[in-house]
Amino acid sequence: MNPDLVGRAFEKTNSYLVGREKVREFSRAVFSSSPVNLSVEAARDAGYPDLVAPPTFAIVVQELTLGQLLAEEDAGIELTHVVHGEQRFDYSRPIVAGDELTAQLNVTSVKTLGGNAMVVAESVVTDSEGEHVVTAVSTLVVRGDA
Amino acid sequence: MSDQEIVHAYEVGDQVASASYHLTRDSLVRYAGASGDFNAIHYRDDIAAAVGLPGVLAHGMLTMGLAVQPVVAWLGDPTLVSGYQVRFTRPVVVDPVDGVEISVVAKIGQIDEEAGTARIDLTTTVNDETVLGKAQVRVRLP
Repeated sequence: MNPDLVGRAFEKTNSYLVGREKVREFSRAVFSSSPVNLSVEAARDAGYPDLVAPPTFAIVVQELTLGQLLAEEDAGIELTHVVHGEQRFDYSRPIVAGDELTAQLNVTSVKTLGGNAMVVAESVVTDSEGEHVVTAVSTLVVRGDA
Repeated sequence: MSDQEIVHAYEVGDQVASASYHLTRDSLVRYAGASGDFNAIHYRDDIAAAVGLPGVLAHGMLTMGLAVQPVVAWLGDPTLVSGYQVRFTRPVVVDPVDGVEISVVAKIGQIDEEAGTARIDLTTTVNDETVLGKAQVRVRLP
């Protein structure tokens, strides 16, 4: 693992348009039964312009930044050796279908523990107005064996 | 009922929700498509074995995603969830024939009555062993 990744400037991702059917598909996949995740009418009754995404939907946008990290040639991260250690989301507002989101990656820590490395990747997700929507933080364990 | 009364109806340690989910290989395929996470350890036994895993595993994010659902159902509104964190402490092996049963129990971990917020602690188990550590949901109380 390359400790120089900490503080490296990554490009903002291209914008991700949150699709209504993607929200429905994701909601079903995580066993959601919330009407605002599934019914446009229920979401509008609750005051939202369209379907509201479940709390872990931000991973779909964060995934774009994790792809950037894995693509760094000097990162030394092999996907098959990566284990998800921790995950957190801090929301300013829920994600809603129709949102155009971009994410900015920041590697906040790289630590080596025995043969393994731990990298903390923080992705700040903003909407088309530049307003903060959610910060997603992944701790990835990169196994040094094999 | 006013908001105040709802807040006072709960105390730290109270169980607010519980549920169990039956995951099958189909659930993993569905989640892979929905999330875009096509890591083969979530659908191919041979690859899972080749990298030293005990079997095909559920996506950690699938476990995280469903474990919050009982809290959402209790709140009646997913938008009251303002933060959520977990540690993935034990892999969830999904048998090709029998699948796997995941149980979730949600309890109040902390209440801030002034702010109208609470921390909900999740205990997520497979065969009585916890699979998520420090699983905490930050919510605004309805």
